[in-house]
Amino acid sequence: MSDPIVRPHSKSLLAKFGELVKDTLSSQVVTLWRVFRHLFVATDTVQYPEQQPHMFSRWRGRIILTRDPGGEERCVACNLCAVACPVDCIALQKTEDEEGRWYPEFFRINFSRCIMCGFCEEACPTNAIQLTPDFEMAEYKRQDMVWEKADLLIAGTGKYHETNFYRVAGKSIGGKDKGEARNELPPVDVRSLLP
Amino acid sequence: MQWEVGSALNIASILVVVIVFAAMLIWVERRLLGFWQDRLGPNRVGPFGLLQVVADMIKIFTKEDWIPPFADRFGFVLAPTIIMIVILLSFSVVPFAPGVGIVDSNIGVLFVLAMASLGAYSVMLGGLSSDNKYALLGSLRAAAQMVSYEVFMGISLLGVVALTGSFDLREIVLAQEGGWFVVPQFIGFVIFLIAGVAESHRLPFDIPEAEQEICAGYHTEYSGMKFGMFFVGEYLGLVLISSLITVLFFGGWQGPLLPPPAWFFIKASCFIAFFILLRAAIPRPRYDQLMSYGWLFLLPLSLLNLLITGVVILSAN
Repeated sequence: MSDPIVRPHSKSLLAKFGELVKDTLSSQVVTLWRVFRHLFVATDTVQYPEQQPHMFSRWRGRIILTRDPGGEERCVACNLCAVACPVDCIALQKTEDEEGRWYPEFFRINFSRCIMCGFCEEACPTNAIQLTPDFEMAEYKRQDMVWEKADLLIAGTGKYHETNFYRVAGKSIGGKDKGEARNELPPVDVRSLLP
Repeated sequence: MQWEVGSALNIASILVVVIVFAAMLIWVERRLLGFWQDRLGPNRVGPFGLLQVVADMIKIFTKEDWIPPFADRFGFVLAPTIIMIVILLSFSVVPFAPGVGIVDSNIGVLFVLAMASLGAYSVMLGGLSSDNKYALLGSLRAAAQMVSYEVFMGISLLGVVALTGSFDLREIVLAQEGGWFVVPQFIGFVIFLIAGVAESHRLPFDIPEAEQEICAGYHTEYSGMKFGMFFVGEYLGLVLISSLITVLFFGGWQGPLLPPPAWFFIKASCFIAFFILLRAAIPRPRYDQLMSYGWLFLLPLSLLNLLITGVVILSAN
């Protein structure tokens, strides 16, 4: 006797039992087999410190001070990084060398306060201060976490290889007079307009 | 070297081996679970992380064993001792090999079931005396779960007992020389497996201690060695259920080439690994689903199994 009205709840006891057994076999037993197979799959663990995790090049890690392609330090002690820092962990003082180039007399970052936000890197006009994908900076004493310029300054150009501020800026320093920077026109000769 | 059932050597060695094995299960479970979850388990402390057990034991021994001032002291201290005593007592009737065992009781099966029932007290007392809502929830659910799954744990074994004609576990192993009981009593084996998982409240039946839901369930307030006793007691329960399954359904120590204790060890280890796989793979059912699964499906099935076994035995005589 086929009933034209489909009744969803009236299944016989045997049908319910068979359904439960089928569900167990098709879902739980299959799950057990699939998870068992994971025994033969390579693990995802990176066994630090024998294996290092892969960091991307823009990962905001250890802070460095870089030099321009000529080998002179890029930092012009403009204080923009110290102003931009949200936790005020940068301290520096400007001084000038014989050629008139500005450079920092001391440059101090307090890494126990630094939050690695990268605002200083964004604020720097000369690409001097940069964040690198290095994170192994642990120290035992709190005082050792204040890094001076000698700890921060590196011999290379960091992430940006071409930037050379003093070659582009208009300030005259020893060896480069007004009008001799890249893309700079010579200063207007006001006397040439005299009758 | 007297390997007689009940000798002092037997008692001492079974006690030491069982407890050391349960402690090593800490390492085994963490490594196996890790491999099944696509990660490594602990592998730093000692070769392959084997000394992790030692580190864990040192940690548990040196932790502050604090009894909450709002807890009921008597029940709080009694609960972990009950579980250890009860499970270790159950090991006294399990026959590990010919000549290795503590007691060959002629009510072995009944004794084990009785000890399992007493084990439910530890969970209930632990949660009730803790005066903590998570512990109370855990122990409420544990009480219901353990008591209801004990019912058909016993009934599923009656088929085995009927086939053997005795409650003595050694007799049951010896009666399997013609064929392991897993073949005629397959449904009984499956039901006993599920009930065993529920009795030692392992996933997927770990509602008493559901870590993600009720903090730590009935052992929320425990620390130090009392927690260590619950912890090792759970692994001891695992070893006990695996040993019982090999004794009752898989012929105990019987096997071709290797010495009998080796076969027992291999079979029990397979089941322990299977229980760890259950933990890695199966999600936790909702509490009412668990109860209806037990009462409405497994209990009628075990009664049916007993009925059919009885009919077959009587018609064969």
